[in-house]
Amino acid sequence: MAGKIRVLVAKAGLDGHDRGAKVVASAMRDAGFEVIYTGLHQTPEMIVQAAIQEDVDAVALSILSGAHMTLFPRVLALMREKGIGDVLLTGGGIIPKEDMASLKQAGVGQLFGPGTPTTAIIDYIRGASE
Amino acid sequence: MSLVENGAPGADALLDEVYGARPPAPRVGITGPPGAGKSTLVAEMALLLRRQGRRLGVIAVDPTSPYTGGAILGDRVRMSELSTDPGVFIRSMATRGSLGGLAARTEELCELLSAWGSDLTLIETVGVGQSELDVAQAADTTVVVLTPESGDAIQSLKAGLMEIADIFVVNKADHAGADQLAAGIRSALGLRAPAAWRPPIVKTIATERQGIEELNEAIEKHRAHLGDPGVSEGLRREKIRARLKNAVRERLLEGAWERKGLGALLDRAADQVLHGTISPYRAARDLIERMTDHGERSPN
Ligand SMILES: Nc1nc2c(ncn2[C@@H]2O[C@H](COP(=O)(O)OP(=O)(O)OP(=O)(O)O)[C@@H](O)[C@H]2O)c(=O)[nH]1
Ligand SMILES: [Mg+2]
Repeated sequence: MAGKIRVLVAKAGLDGHDRGAKVVASAMRDAGFEVIYTGLHQTPEMIVQAAIQEDVDAVALSILSGAHMTLFPRVLALMREKGIGDVLLTGGGIIPKEDMASLKQAGVGQLFGPGTPTTAIIDYIRGASE
Repeated sequence: MSLVENGAPGADALLDEVYGARPPAPRVGITGPPGAGKSTLVAEMALLLRRQGRRLGVIAVDPTSPYTGGAILGDRVRMSELSTDPGVFIRSMATRGSLGGLAARTEELCELLSAWGSDLTLIETVGVGQSELDVAQAADTTVVVLTPESGDAIQSLKAGLMEIADIFVVNKADHAGADQLAAGIRSALGLRAPAAWRPPIVKTIATERQGIEELNEAIEKHRAHLGDPGVSEGLRREKIRARLKNAVRERLLEGAWERKGLGALLDRAADQVLHGTISPYRAARDLIERMTDHGERSPN
């Protein structure tokens, strides 16, 4: 019996609103995913601990604060250290193309810029978890 | 855990192995209307229990959308303070809408949490339907959380919610109407037949950490009551009986659906009902018949 796709949606960093993350979370629910939503100001430690306990297929981070070049690598390193390096790490935010490319180089999954249709990230996660 | 939740191959072997590996952690269900403050309470109760050195499992249940099969599990938002504590294991769970299946899956996750080392497992569920009754079945102690806002809802509270409560919490006691609510509960309880356990009513302000100690004490008292040899044997037997019934139902149904051909039979029956050839009840009886005689001979 196939399980549901479980995705952790978290806001990392200091920026203070989560409208975008909530829109993505609702779209994922509508696509049949089980979305674990953890809210604002999550540290890498909180995110990785939740990802382990919740047994997710993917971690989707929303980062608008500009700290993506430190946060994504930090989360990825912790995931590897804690033995869940095989779980997809993806996300979105205001991230310049060249940063996306270098994060991808480092092993982070595809990242999505503002205004990307939610279907793009949903299709990507679904494709990756099959 | 996902293995078990999905009923995947290997799940039963895992459950057999962990069962009885450690004494089962007591289970406390926390239920009540949406937004009553259940997650905030769970977080505060957990923080207090952690300070007393106990390891905790938390299961937070939210409804699956019946239309899309998806769910947003948002209870962790209020549990941030616990989220890096290695002595707390939080698992969110969607109801997935299976009949009685929720109780079975909750049981199973509780068993895994006991094996992990939980001394106590808190189970949060939204009281909006069947799910809180299922969860009450899995819990040793059930706490029903109401707020002054749910005051007029109390009349319409299904008898079920009154029946399952071992402890009542009046949360948001900082809002007007808390005393009236408590009085309302008290008089509703007065209508019940006298019993060995009378559910206490605890007032709390979860956001200000008020009443949490009293709540944990009330839970301890209820546990002591359950431990009373006169009560416990019969109650425990009753719980185990219900647990077995759920486990059997889940396994029977899953097995039956998965056997080859039943999906196709279901499609055909749906077409027949759709075109008015037969009634749904007749179709259901036929399907059950097919399930049961295919049962013995099927290779798996
Ligand atoms: N004034 C007041 N607000 C409270 C109290 N307890 C919780 N809240 C607030 O009530 C809101 C809902 O709290 P939650 O803990 O998420 O409630 P819940 O019952 O878990 O909600 P669901 O899981 O969505 O059903 C939050 O904004 C809390 O801050 C309280 O004692 N007093
Ligand atoms: Mg909640």
